[in-house]
Amino acid sequence: MMEDNNEKDLLATRELTLHLGPQHPSSHGVLHLIVDLQGEMVTNCRPDIGYLHRGTEKIAENLLYHQFVPYTDRLDYMCAMSNNLAYVSAVEKLLEIEVPERAQYIRVIAAELSRIAGHLISVGAWAVDLGAMSILLYAVREREMLLDIFEKLCGARMTHSYLRVGGVRYDFNKVCREACEELLRVLPGRVDEYESILTGNRIWLDRNRGVGYISPELAVSMGLSGPALRASGVKWDIRRDEPYLVYDRLDFEVATGESGDCFDRYIVRLVEIRQSLRIIEQCLAELPDGPINIDIPEIVPPPKQDVYKNMENLIHHFKYVSHGFKVPEGEVYSAVEAPKGELGVFIVSDGSERPYRLKIRAPSFMNLQTLGRVVKGLYLADVIAVLSSLDPVFGECDK
Amino acid sequence: MIRAERKQQDLLAKLRDSFSGFILDVVVFKGDVTVIVEKKAVLSLCEYLRDDPDFRMDFIVDVLAVDHMPRSPRFDVIYSLYSIPKKHRIRVKTRVAEGESAPSATAIWPGADWPEREAYDMFGIVFDGHPDMSRIYLPDDWEGFPLRKDYPLRGYKDRYNPYGEEKE
Repeated sequence: MMEDNNEKDLLATRELTLHLGPQHPSSHGVLHLIVDLQGEMVTNCRPDIGYLHRGTEKIAENLLYHQFVPYTDRLDYMCAMSNNLAYVSAVEKLLEIEVPERAQYIRVIAAELSRIAGHLISVGAWAVDLGAMSILLYAVREREMLLDIFEKLCGARMTHSYLRVGGVRYDFNKVCREACEELLRVLPGRVDEYESILTGNRIWLDRNRGVGYISPELAVSMGLSGPALRASGVKWDIRRDEPYLVYDRLDFEVATGESGDCFDRYIVRLVEIRQSLRIIEQCLAELPDGPINIDIPEIVPPPKQDVYKNMENLIHHFKYVSHGFKVPEGEVYSAVEAPKGELGVFIVSDGSERPYRLKIRAPSFMNLQTLGRVVKGLYLADVIAVLSSLDPVFGECDK
Repeated sequence: MIRAERKQQDLLAKLRDSFSGFILDVVVFKGDVTVIVEKKAVLSLCEYLRDDPDFRMDFIVDVLAVDHMPRSPRFDVIYSLYSIPKKHRIRVKTRVAEGESAPSATAIWPGADWPEREAYDMFGIVFDGHPDMSRIYLPDDWEGFPLRKDYPLRGYKDRYNPYGEEKE
């Protein structure tokens, strides 16, 4: 009798708590998941975040408006241009200025290039988490082309600080245009290549199709945004529904999924890469001539080469760097469609040169809270697929 | 553009009628609508905004706090809302004194969960009715609330932070 009982004890499944991360190759940075397991089934999953918290919002309160742009690069470092854009649009909304048309087009090109860069890493890292190493290598190869374009555009590859309040830092020259045209020629074929490796692949289908279903109602009520929301069939894209810059003049489709599973989230991202290419193509064709900065000397510093030759420009530059510019009192919220979803910046200004309060609405942060609900009842291995499909980046999530 | 503005004014007039006495002010600034409301009416107003066919604010964008020290009541708590079908935004703002709690919107939009925890973590504002009111970014044993205006930029001095400010 005793022996029988022992055997039963040994065979019975007991609940196990597993700490996944914060140092784990598939945790996309420093995510710590506390997963309760019954056998291989997840009964509860609690994300523990904050390992990369740097107090960005507190830092912002103590910086001049133009000094904060480099900090936004470090939010979602996979697509820094979008973060620059979200921040400068909020400040420009408060200042009530509109940047010149050429700068608007350049900003759209920059934002779409960084969207492609972000989605490439997203799909690549996702595939490597599920065991398909080669896709990551291909995606990084293509991302290299994008980083080269950024380097030609502003000299930096990851942390650009390219956008500034009132315009952009450098002009979009012929070299950049040629590099973009090369990208337009090459990338569609390469995306086809990913599709031929992944979309019909039985392992990829088994791991993603029907896994991590998010209903449209749940997605909306949880504040999910971006590709993850659209994969659930909710057609909401800020570029289309609240157009900023020149998006209302551009022709592109908003990709949506039907089934709301991981596979749809993957398809939506690939379609978005193709649509971004379409947008870039139109922008290149329509790019007007003209200034790249607004003509308000308080807000925009003089061109660097003039600073060394002309006393007035040197004084102007000094005033800009040391004193910054005043921004009218008030509260505004401005959002852009970043690769991960709605990236918004809320600024409370007290009329001085520094924001009184700056709040960043990070899409990774809001999207990640859905994870715990979605993975309940799935296998442990599926947690990785769902996590990758939500694509959190911890620079942004932890702020 | 003018039509949109008129529509906005009609909607806000409707809101004022339904919640007269509770709405302290309605501010339209650079196109952003902020409804300042008494604390006790926040939840009923939120529920109304979600369910009313003219508003249909089904998407919670963010919940955040602002410290207005030395004003009394000290904090603003802002619920930032968006309507996917109607494509408009409204911010619901209420004032909370130090040591007071704010109502939690998690029962109306479950997505308010993490942003409310963040506001608690950074400002020490407790949200009533929140399922798990704990710190989200900082360790559980952290002392103080960093985004309050009286919290020093470099933190307080301790064995890990030799350059921090002396605690009084």
